[in-house]
Amino acid sequence: MTPIVEVRDLHKRFGELEVLKGIDFTVAEGEVVSIIGASGSGKTTLLRCLNLLEEFHRGDVLIGGEAIGYHLRRGQRVRIGEREVARQRAMTGMVFQAFNLFPHMSALDNVTLGLTKVRGMPRPQAVELADHWLDRVGMLKRRDHRPSQLSGGQQQRVAIARAIAMSPKVMLFDEATSALDPERVGEVLETIRSLAQEGMTMVLVTHEMRFARDVSDKVVFMEDGRIAEQGPPQRLFLNPESPRLQAFLKTSSF
Amino acid sequence: MDWTYFFNEVVNNRDALLHGTAITFAVSLIAILTGTVLGIVIGIAVTYGNKPLRWPARLYIDIIRGTPVLVLVLATFYVSAAVGLNFNAFQAGALALTLFCASHVGEILRGALQSLSRGQIEAGRAIGLTFDGIFRYILFPQALRYALPTWITAAVEMVKASTLLSVIGVAELLLTTQQIISNNFLNMQFYLLAGVIYFLIDFAIEQVGRFIGRRLDQPTRRTV
Repeated sequence: MTPIVEVRDLHKRFGELEVLKGIDFTVAEGEVVSIIGASGSGKTTLLRCLNLLEEFHRGDVLIGGEAIGYHLRRGQRVRIGEREVARQRAMTGMVFQAFNLFPHMSALDNVTLGLTKVRGMPRPQAVELADHWLDRVGMLKRRDHRPSQLSGGQQQRVAIARAIAMSPKVMLFDEATSALDPERVGEVLETIRSLAQEGMTMVLVTHEMRFARDVSDKVVFMEDGRIAEQGPPQRLFLNPESPRLQAFLKTSSF
Repeated sequence: MDWTYFFNEVVNNRDALLHGTAITFAVSLIAILTGTVLGIVIGIAVTYGNKPLRWPARLYIDIIRGTPVLVLVLATFYVSAAVGLNFNAFQAGALALTLFCASHVGEILRGALQSLSRGQIEAGRAIGLTFDGIFRYILFPQALRYALPTWITAAVEMVKASTLLSVIGVAELLLTTQQIISNNFLNMQFYLLAGVIYFLIDFAIEQVGRFIGRRLDQPTRRTV
């Protein structure tokens, strides 16, 4: 079976600085993969390459078997056009650390915007679908509220509804709980966990080690632009092989 | 002070006064509306344009904003005649104010757009919007809200700047007032009257601005 996400020999530079130095990993359908590692190890950049918020310089990213971002023209790697990029981005759903809800729209309209303007769905249908997902993340009662009237945890749940309503092949979470007050983290993790249990394919960049251990099928440990170790959470967290991971786990709080 | 004489003079000159007010109003309105449309294009070019678009737009804003409006008015009037454009004083004056307004609106919009967080663009991209859609549905509506108070100030400035058209012979409110005064020597009274009319026009603009502001701030439409 084709994996939902396949990354092959991925390289990414910021100017002179190479932040990804050859990444290979796959995510199968329904799998939940957590990427852990120290800040600066390249985990957020890797995630952003998966939906083309970052360009990459070498290697391939395949979403549902389709190579994204580039195609070959006479043996040359050429960046694809804006419309194609937009279409490929919509194959993934992204949840940001800072929520990035549209502040001038209600929670409902945050969710329907992509449905009506990208998917071309008629508004009544889009509203129905948005309501379904807002209900699913426990935000239906607040559908007419602006983001400024919502707590951080509530905003992030709306952001999750906004991304998942587009029916992406895979959901990407970029440190989705890092900007939240400690007492709000739980509600967002609970939402993510329940989506995972329903079989949603997910890639999470996270600092929540306990959460990564509990929900993931696979954990990827990154170190200095490379994957230092990957495998099932039980093995990585209980019997880390590399000294780097052992040291990292010692400094991480559970 | 002889108020009866003043009121008689106001009644006698009512057509001239109304005409002058209408000219001030018309030239300001033209400058504000066309200047705003042009300014939006320039603001977009200077914020998101590639180099061949951004540089001319930047240059335009800096040069026009850095030029005194009076110089702009005189230059437009005489240069247009010199290059064979047959503008009358009103047209030349309206053009000068439009160019001036556009430079301000361009800069106001740039400031508003750049104050929006980068995350807004990324969130738009992540749901699969192209830049057109991101601008239309996400960036521009937010920038409008930020820019509105400054835009109102700029619109009021245009009305005030329209007095400078008197020097090229546009019979707007100030020139009309001066002409009336040269006949009846009621300096204080008629300048005061002109001041009140300018105030009313500016006050009306601010009210319109507040109204737009309230409309923008209403929660997005509710749906069943």
